[in-house]
Amino acid sequence: MNNEILACFPQWGSYSCAFRYLFENGFGVKYLTPPPITKNTIDLGSKNSPDYVCTPFKYCLGCHIEALNNGANCLMQIYGSCRLNYYGELEEKILKDMGYNFNFFNMAEINFKSPKSIMNHLKIVNPNMSILKVASALPTTIGIIKTIDKMEDYIRKNVGFEVNKNEMENIFNEFKQKLDKTYSHKEYKKLKKEYLKKLYSVKIDKPKRPIRVGFVGDYYTVQEPFSNYFIEKELENMGIEVHREMNLTNTIINSKYKKVRKISKKYAKFNIGATANYTVAEALKYAKNGLDGIIHVKCFGCTPEINAQTILQNISKDHKVPILYFSFDSQTSETGVKTRLEAFYDMLKAKKK
Amino acid sequence: MKIGIPRALLYYKNEKLWTKFFDELGIDYIISPETNKEIIDNGSKYAIDETCLPIKIFLGHIDYLKDKCDYIFIPRIEYALNSETCLNFRAQYDLVKNTFRNYNLKILFYNDYGHKKPREFRAFYKLCKYLKIKKSLGKYAYRIAKQTQFYYEMFRSETQENVIKNSKKIKVLVLAHAYNVGDKYVGEPILNMLKKLDVEPIIAEYLDAKKCIKTSFKVTKTLPWAYNRHLVGALELYKDLVDGVILVTTYPCGPDSMCNEMIIRQYRDVPILSLTIDAQDATAGIETRLESFVDILNFKRNGRNE
Repeated sequence: MNNEILACFPQWGSYSCAFRYLFENGFGVKYLTPPPITKNTIDLGSKNSPDYVCTPFKYCLGCHIEALNNGANCLMQIYGSCRLNYYGELEEKILKDMGYNFNFFNMAEINFKSPKSIMNHLKIVNPNMSILKVASALPTTIGIIKTIDKMEDYIRKNVGFEVNKNEMENIFNEFKQKLDKTYSHKEYKKLKKEYLKKLYSVKIDKPKRPIRVGFVGDYYTVQEPFSNYFIEKELENMGIEVHREMNLTNTIINSKYKKVRKISKKYAKFNIGATANYTVAEALKYAKNGLDGIIHVKCFGCTPEINAQTILQNISKDHKVPILYFSFDSQTSETGVKTRLEAFYDMLKAKKK
Repeated sequence: MKIGIPRALLYYKNEKLWTKFFDELGIDYIISPETNKEIIDNGSKYAIDETCLPIKIFLGHIDYLKDKCDYIFIPRIEYALNSETCLNFRAQYDLVKNTFRNYNLKILFYNDYGHKKPREFRAFYKLCKYLKIKKSLGKYAYRIAKQTQFYYEMFRSETQENVIKNSKKIKVLVLAHAYNVGDKYVGEPILNMLKKLDVEPIIAEYLDAKKCIKTSFKVTKTLPWAYNRHLVGALELYKDLVDGVILVTTYPCGPDSMCNEMIIRQYRDVPILSLTIDAQDATAGIETRLESFVDILNFKRNGRNE
């Protein structure tokens, strides 16, 4: 193992254990698990980024700065179909201007049509890496991501009704900790079997028709609990079943894009960019399935989600589903969010009766 | 049949192409008037408050046109010169359809998407099919319209270059999107103020697009937006020939928020003024900032001459 290279990818939900597996077992470099996001992270990020850039940029930048301070020297950024495309280059520029020295693996620069370009860029992470090793680590990484998504989905739907509090969360945290010490496919399989069984055997006391809420929004804000002020946890504590489909499995690994376009066709004839079509399709699905309410979160100024919001308003009118809209910037107060959530919960409760 | 063309967003990019195309086909059309306060106020009513100003203006124009014509012309353009456009241009159609759902608007559109080569013509061909116009007629009209647009752009860029070469006044490069700089409410007051201060504004948007976009790859590798590439390339090409640069941005423009930061970080030695325009009327603040910026440019130039 190369001791000199310490790679880091910004904090994103619970996926850091999957990325760790890929980098340590595939690329053969050390992986720095990014420290959990705190107020300090976002302060660092927003101090050094442009004013009205979308909030995920500030989180990513803050994460990168913290990682660099902790000794990381190889950073990376993914690409997407919105402003995310330009995250990498601007982040690199800002960090270099701040005086840091590091390698930057920017996926937006790769020309995916040419194998040579892919290879050259992968070598930025580790010049002595072997592509075979990366390829052999990939299935397990995907497996880990899928398991995490599966577990989180189950937890989201049931954690509000568990008999002994915090039992599920403890099991999930233990699973993640064990995953951080996994180095082979066999170990992972064993862990998966063991912990899924543990999770499913947790005692729950679920009423026949609990309040169900759909959770939709833009890619980062929906998935990273800190950036949406732990709305999911708040809802779970109120005893609500939370539905959410936006995760890596549903969007990239088993892309349901064609299905999504078909569902959202009635409201959005074309591709309206990034994850907006997913948002529309999910909200429509929840409305048709008779969920009690939908919560829509987005970061400030997210162009595709603003356009989706117009459509969501129509869905709300057509299907008589209440939708609560949140727009998060780096300075939204937690109390305001809580108050609005409580009012929404009271309204749902009254409606149910 | 009467077609309404909103004087907003992509109209400023393709005005001759669209109007000439309908002229050649003998289709009657109206263009909404120049933006005024009423249009912006009406647009803001329909828009979600976080929407950017150009989209609010656009919705205001649609509101003006909604009962004055049979069809409203809203094309959807995904790619321009092999780069992406802002996501708002992709969502225009659905945005209008959903916002004005109760008015039963009929929308005429062409959908310029994908990477296959004669994209724009393919899109216009489908438009002709929808209008039940013969393909040959449509092709003829498109060619003439395209040529008109081409010569119009060439004329614009040559005039701008002439000004750069010959003018002895202080020259300022205005980096703003076509729909901002051409708009009577957003861009024109700034240009007028500059002219009043005896400064020659050079509009980057009117310079040759292909040349600019080609140059922009030297500056930034992964900038995804074609219209921003145009501006960055213009800055790279003409930065030594002008005295200063003004970035005109509408609040909260997505692409500009990142691109402007890059420009400011990349060109440390060029005097840059960044102006953000909101839906408010007060121009006194902008005027003051422009005056002080021009003063600095004046000092800089005189210092150089002595």
